[in-house]
Amino acid sequence: MSVYEFRRTVSPQAAAAWTPRQVLLTNLRAVGGRAYPRVHGLFREKSWVFFEVLLPFLSTSTFVFVYRALRAPPEYIGFVVLGGAMTAFWLNVIWMMASQLWWEKSQGNLELYFAAPMSIMSVLFGMALGGMVMSSTRAVIVLAVASLLYEVRFAIDQWLLLLAVFFLTLAALYGLGMMLASLFLVWGREAFQMSQLFTEPVYFVSGLNFPVARLGLLGALALATIPLAVGLDAMRQLAFIGANFPIGTPPPEVEALILVVMTVVFLVAARWMLRTLERRARREGRLSVRWQ
Amino acid sequence: MAIPATPTPSPTGPPAPPAIEARGLRRIYKVKPTPVVALEHVDLEVAPGEFFGLLGPNDAGKTTLIKILTTLLLPSEGTARIFGFDVSREETQIRRIMNMVAGGEQSGYGILTVREQLWMFSQFYGLSRSDGWRRVDELVDAVGMGAEREQRVSTLSTGQRQKMNIARGLLNDPWILFLDEPTLGLDVAAARQVRELVSAWKAAVLGRTVLLTTHYMAEADELCDRIAIVDHGRILAIGTPEELKRRVQRESIFRVELDHLDAGGAAALALLPGVLSVAPAAADGGPVDRQTVGLNLALAQDGILASVVGALGDLGSHIVALRKSEPSLEDVFVELVGRGFDDPDAAEASGPGGTAGAA
Repeated sequence: MSVYEFRRTVSPQAAAAWTPRQVLLTNLRAVGGRAYPRVHGLFREKSWVFFEVLLPFLSTSTFVFVYRALRAPPEYIGFVVLGGAMTAFWLNVIWMMASQLWWEKSQGNLELYFAAPMSIMSVLFGMALGGMVMSSTRAVIVLAVASLLYEVRFAIDQWLLLLAVFFLTLAALYGLGMMLASLFLVWGREAFQMSQLFTEPVYFVSGLNFPVARLGLLGALALATIPLAVGLDAMRQLAFIGANFPIGTPPPEVEALILVVMTVVFLVAARWMLRTLERRARREGRLSVRWQ
Repeated sequence: MAIPATPTPSPTGPPAPPAIEARGLRRIYKVKPTPVVALEHVDLEVAPGEFFGLLGPNDAGKTTLIKILTTLLLPSEGTARIFGFDVSREETQIRRIMNMVAGGEQSGYGILTVREQLWMFSQFYGLSRSDGWRRVDELVDAVGMGAEREQRVSTLSTGQRQKMNIARGLLNDPWILFLDEPTLGLDVAAARQVRELVSAWKAAVLGRTVLLTTHYMAEADELCDRIAIVDHGRILAIGTPEELKRRVQRESIFRVELDHLDAGGAAALALLPGVLSVAPAAADGGPVDRQTVGLNLALAQDGILASVVGALGDLGSHIVALRKSEPSLEDVFVELVGRGFDDPDAAEASGPGGTAGAA
């Protein structure tokens, strides 16, 4: 029997009638399938180490030397190192999540995704999962090397809460990325410019290189809207207990709750936007490259 | 496991729905400065198990139709169903039983190997991890890419890439496979391999349906059970290749090669009842100083040939070769449209919408 004689179902109607278990399994497998290129690509494309580990590390080092020259409190070095590590996630979210559906469309993948029987949310979850693994590796390298090199002293009292805040930050960040992916696709050709537009301002208002409380009202606004800002502030509070921390931001427990709310809101919004996008794209013929 | 599963109606059950059923399908693209009518009231029915072709030039509306049938595009008007499932409302069910491959497709990720890329797509169709790898390995061998299985996708040639795409299209064992210009840009050998792959897959299990769009007439002629000729968003004719050719063949054309023919012989043949015309035939690309005499005979019907053969014997001529000339699908297209496939000026000139639509 040849491979072409493989047949799993007896009729098209039987083949189309999936059980809830089949639906769930297919979506879970789709998550794993889409995460695969990112996880394995990490070990295959060595140049990324240079661009996404060494360059952010240099940027972090710049601020370390500035703080040292200004004789800032030593915990500020830690703040910068932590911010530098989290840079990897924001870069990943903005360039490889938010812009990704637009790139997928350009490559011709998007219509294959829509034509497959899984939810596009699974593809986005897969991208997010792969992105988290990819960026975590880089973040750990930056954190470890910079901490050793610049003698960062962490003072952690609530390990569990710190870990929870870290994972909630990732969940909210990638939820935001999933939402932005639909938005960028609707904006079409401007995705590249939109990514650039979002990169630096978010660095600034998130307080990647300084405590966000220093920004006053702008910082408060960032805490309410940008997961990176609130997550980073909470992690700094938890990783540097007793530090000379500027007042004005909520305690980490409250910030953890803010992250939970953000995660839910972003994921629900992403799902709604994807559905709206698909309806609109099918109506207007925007799933393929032509007629966009 | 092979289960002969053509969805034929049971004696007591309801009749099986067509593989494709389109009624009054219309699609308008709202582009500036003027909307483009890509499909204009298309009616189409394809039976389960058919290899059906959409033949037409670029911008005929073939790709628009395939995008509607694959649930990627909504019709502006009309309805379409795949095995009874509505493309507008039951896209989830359709996506579980179909797959699609387009010519020149650059899908996937160059950083992956052929095997990994196909496995990734297998996961989108719900195959388990191990089943996915097994199915991928089988298909990679079946499409003759065993040597390239660990090669990165970014390094594949166009032909290799298209064979990989065909393997991707077969991963979920679709009940209906949509092929949009699958041999576009391939060299002769690679195109033949792709056609053979699809034919072998289609023939292996009863009930598999293929919709092929192409603007290669020979490809449609070779592969398809039935063909719809499409131009400017309209279906101009549907039938088997033979039926379509018969539409333009109102007379029997024979090409006869004789060892010699005396002067006046052709005129004598032309006077026979039922002989419509006798014309000297050009050499088939051979030298002009050939040793035989070629004639093109137009007869009212095939049966007249007997009297022509008898008359040639009376004239002392011996037949060296005789063959019947068949019209090509291109002849059919020219007859229906009034221009050839490669006539861009004419393509702009007529048809609903007046402008070239999405291919």
